[in-house]
Amino acid sequence: MGYFEIIISTIFVNNILLAQFLGNCPFLGTSKKMETAVGMSMAVIFVLVLAGIITWILYAFILASAGLVYLRTIAFILVIASLVQFVEMFLKKSIPALYAGLGIFLPLITTNCAVMGACVLNIDQELTFMQALVASFGYAVGFGIALILFAGVRERIMLARVPQPLRDTSIGLVTAGIISLTFFAFKGMV
Amino acid sequence: MFSAILFMLGLGATCGVMLSVASKVFYVYEDPRVAEVEGLTAGANCGGCGYAGCSAAAVAVVAGDAPPSVCVIAGPETTSGIAAVMGVDPGIAESLLSYNTCTGGHRAPVKFHYMGINSCQALATLYGGQRECPVGCLGLGDCVRACNFDAIEIGPDGYPVVDEIKCVGCRACEKVCPKYIMEIKTMSQKLLHLNQFVDRIAPCQQTCPAEINIPKYITQIKMGDYDGAVNTIRERNPLLLACGRVCPHPCEDKCRRGVEEEPVSINQLKRFAADHEMESGRRLPISCAPSTDKKIAVIGGGPAGLSCAFFLRRLGHGVTIFDAMPKLGGMIRYGIPEYRLPKEVLAWEIQGILDLGVEQKLNVMLGRDFDIGSLIASGFDAGFLGIGAWKDYNLGVEGENLAGCYTGINFLSHFAVWQQEKSGDPRPFVGKKCVVIGGGNTAIDCVRTLVRLGADEVTIVYRRTRKEMPANMVEIEAAEHEGIQFTFLAAPTRVLGDDDGNVVGLEYLKMELGEPDASGRRRPVPIEGSETIIEIDMLITAIGQGPDVFFKDESKRLDEDLNITRWNTIDCEDPVALQSSIPYIFTGGDAATGADLVVSAIGAGRRAARSIHYYLKGEEITPPEKTLFTDNIPGTIFESVQGLKQSARTKMPELPVDERIKSFVEADLVISEDEAKFESNRCLNCCLTCYDMDPD
Repeated sequence: MGYFEIIISTIFVNNILLAQFLGNCPFLGTSKKMETAVGMSMAVIFVLVLAGIITWILYAFILASAGLVYLRTIAFILVIASLVQFVEMFLKKSIPALYAGLGIFLPLITTNCAVMGACVLNIDQELTFMQALVASFGYAVGFGIALILFAGVRERIMLARVPQPLRDTSIGLVTAGIISLTFFAFKGMV
Repeated sequence: MFSAILFMLGLGATCGVMLSVASKVFYVYEDPRVAEVEGLTAGANCGGCGYAGCSAAAVAVVAGDAPPSVCVIAGPETTSGIAAVMGVDPGIAESLLSYNTCTGGHRAPVKFHYMGINSCQALATLYGGQRECPVGCLGLGDCVRACNFDAIEIGPDGYPVVDEIKCVGCRACEKVCPKYIMEIKTMSQKLLHLNQFVDRIAPCQQTCPAEINIPKYITQIKMGDYDGAVNTIRERNPLLLACGRVCPHPCEDKCRRGVEEEPVSINQLKRFAADHEMESGRRLPISCAPSTDKKIAVIGGGPAGLSCAFFLRRLGHGVTIFDAMPKLGGMIRYGIPEYRLPKEVLAWEIQGILDLGVEQKLNVMLGRDFDIGSLIASGFDAGFLGIGAWKDYNLGVEGENLAGCYTGINFLSHFAVWQQEKSGDPRPFVGKKCVVIGGGNTAIDCVRTLVRLGADEVTIVYRRTRKEMPANMVEIEAAEHEGIQFTFLAAPTRVLGDDDGNVVGLEYLKMELGEPDASGRRRPVPIEGSETIIEIDMLITAIGQGPDVFFKDESKRLDEDLNITRWNTIDCEDPVALQSSIPYIFTGGDAATGADLVVSAIGAGRRAARSIHYYLKGEEITPPEKTLFTDNIPGTIFESVQGLKQSARTKMPELPVDERIKSFVEADLVISEDEAKFESNRCLNCCLTCYDMDPD
């Protein structure tokens, strides 16, 4: 699979939020304001690329060679959580400006299933290191695009007359479903 | 199995070691005070303070970006606790309060059918917020929903009402309001506000020299909230009983109803509210900001000084008033006669100011008993010079110093002292045939006093006509009713005396009106050879007065730095900032402007208090660029006003003439509650350009 196909596939066809339905919690939680959505997207791109690389290395060189593939999930959870904590500390000390920007979103990603899911998908599809790197980036960008699109729609919905029982999260989920349907139009492209 | 356990142990150990090392390597020193401060905050993470949670607020406090009073939920104990951690003065821990600046009205029906969501922000975004008026409240209640403390509700008129007890000043309502109606201010900030060109204020409030929120207090009177009306007036004017009686109400000249018919009787409504408080037998509590350790000397206890002292005290400063007379009040005690302003009423009002903790030092005069240097040496941080205008101008004609000749303020104040002190001294001399020269309020006060003292014949001699008289029209009319004679177009040329040096006659030249002069009044021109002599035995000259600045010559320290203008007034560069050439001395009232209205002096007292407050805090004194002063907002003064029905203005009740000229009992009476209700309903509740039309 070429890099271009990987990018198209991860961003649109297999969009992590709208086609794989992973990471629904931040999708609904951080999409009420455009500002928050952009911050979250940036943090996800940053962490997902790092996590993709580390988990690929961990799997290929330790788990696979030692025959401990069944420890994948638990090992990935531990590694991703530690990684995020590490990155947070590193940024706080070395790049305070970036830390201030990503701020509260970093800890949120510690338990983000989109990150975990993307890492597992990389392994399942038996991607090479470079492919895994590109795929992780693609998933993260796809996450960002979907989140920002959704935030834009929700900001408009705030100003619309929504029947009382459908307000807020309900209409959010309905909207998410419809956006997801539109993304299904990409099916079969790759 | 074993390898799996080993792997997990290894992975765990690796992660643990890496994070431990990272913690050490990437450790960022965090001020321990942050944790301490965070522990003191409410811990609700409500965000009301404007920071992202309590820890962010704590960081801001430690960084010095936020005051110790940052937490909007916690009370003063928290503030002082945080201040103790930070080792700073808790500062003015005054609570912020939200209030609605739009009083609305029933003026504008919904201009179009809006079917959108019930939200002001949506309406403002989608339709430019044009539901009712371009500047006013939309009334869909975004502020109500934004309030975390349940402190706002939409009142019966469809406008938000803030419950001051529940409000914590978190600014949530201010942030959501798309029309900037909700304002969050401390009481001090409200007291310090000067009218701005961008404010949404009616013509009457723009015109009032004291900047009283007139539509608001009239609305409160209409609602029966007389206490609220008194409090509204007191935000700008501490002497409402006095002003309600003697103010010539320049506001009524700009009243929109007055464009088409008779203006609303604003001043009688003020007097009604003020008298209601006094007659209720209790004093409404007046709140003051927490005390600062600053001391200010207010020199002169007249309306300007009392106003300045009142506002400085409410801003939390310590104030001492120094006055040369035996009692406080200045010109309103010794210049305005008893029948216009009973001194019992004035004493009640002044006592209310003194009760706030203002100290008084009486019978001491600047330049005689103390000077500015000695005040500063005795620990005052700033001073206010409100010495008034007590020096009568001289006529400048031959014979004006004969026995039986007096000057206006001199006569009035001597008589007032005699009347009030009841010392047993003989009554000041009063003639049988008296002439008062001048056309101002002082002249009218003199003639009406003379009539009450039993003078047979009292005449006013004025060089222009009745139309040009600067005195209040009601005063001129009252004087006419009381039998005063007027000789217009007469310029005194000589005072005649007998051999014993007593005055016996006044010679004057008849005048005619010529071309208008710089002030727009037609200049009187003498008619040659028209000398006339009237027989008199008492003459009072009341042709104007200026400040008496003799203290400048008496003092050897500091006072010489004080610049005086050529009109003997105290020089201040900015008529709003009112700072004299000595930076810590401020001025205001007649001392700064020459003889002017009581209400102007009261306004100047507040402006000076504002400047002193900022001066003592080391902040900028110069008023904001868009400050409104003796000016109207363009486009708010109308040529014609549509939709009004004729309704006669409430007449001021007066004592019958034959009764009132026998004594000094107050001549003007207060309107009744029903009349107040009627008169307050005549108010159009104007804003910048809108007003309520009369209901059909």
